[in-house]
Amino acid sequence: MTVRTPRIGVVTFPGSLDDRDALRAIATMGGEAVPLWHADADLRGVDAVVLPGGFSYGDYLRCGAIARFAPVMEEVVRFADRGSPVLGICNGFQILCESGLLPGALIRNRSLRFVCRNVWLRVETSLTVVTNELTPGETVQIPIKHGEGQWVATPEQLDRVEDGNLVVFRYASREGIVDAAHNPNGATDNIAGVRNEAGNVVGLMPHPEHAVDPDIGPVGGQPLFASLLRSALVGIAT
Amino acid sequence: MTVFAFEVLVSLKDGLSDPQGKAVESALPALGWTNVSGVRVGKHIQLDVDAPDQTAAVAQVEEMARRLLSNPVIEDVRVLEVEAKP
Repeated sequence: MTVRTPRIGVVTFPGSLDDRDALRAIATMGGEAVPLWHADADLRGVDAVVLPGGFSYGDYLRCGAIARFAPVMEEVVRFADRGSPVLGICNGFQILCESGLLPGALIRNRSLRFVCRNVWLRVETSLTVVTNELTPGETVQIPIKHGEGQWVATPEQLDRVEDGNLVVFRYASREGIVDAAHNPNGATDNIAGVRNEAGNVVGLMPHPEHAVDPDIGPVGGQPLFASLLRSALVGIAT
Repeated sequence: MTVFAFEVLVSLKDGLSDPQGKAVESALPALGWTNVSGVRVGKHIQLDVDAPDQTAAVAQVEEMARRLLSNPVIEDVRVLEVEAKP
């Protein structure tokens, strides 16, 4: 079997900030990074899509509310519906929630403060395109930087998320203790990231793309990208 | 066709914490108003719609309110029709 290099697309919206870091992280981890443009209804044949962080369309109205109607998003929704891997980071997570691809919504941090620091995340499931190289209960260190990262949901959505094992990451201590002291933004049940039922769509507030290079900080993002690259290859094989 | 003016009011759902409202509420006592509670901060959107009649205009704004102007997961939305413009 010949192993092809997985091609991972990163969408740039007007106001995206972390698209370049995401492209760089993909290349660092051994993938082929493919820039995608919000106004093109074309995914250029990529094997996985990343929606990066930033402030798409100025975050006007609500974070991600306008980006979800960008021409590229129709293709992303179709791509996700086919079971292909889609990862939304920070603003990308907000866009996926606004699109209805993921449950819940992200509102202003309970503290009202923008938070920017490294946090520990406890992995809750390995049944996703970004955690298949991780074990539930394991912790990874990744930075957060957001003002509107408090994940909330309707009571019905919350039941579905908790009962259906749709939580992917929770804010925790290094040892994996999940409590209020380790909740940086007031998120319901310390939820930092969720998945869809199939596990091919994942969104999280922390920034794995800022955590792959040991020269500049923690490397907790590496296993997430390694998982994504692996999932992209599986997609090719099937 | 007639132009109808609307106001759309968007507010965070009751069960949800409203950090902005709380911050405003905690600033008021500093100015001497110590009897205020239940402060909620929302959005007020004004818009004009050119439509064949009022029913069509209201239906359109209600759909816009649901699909873009508010997020039903976290927000309640109310559409107020102001007037038909001459």
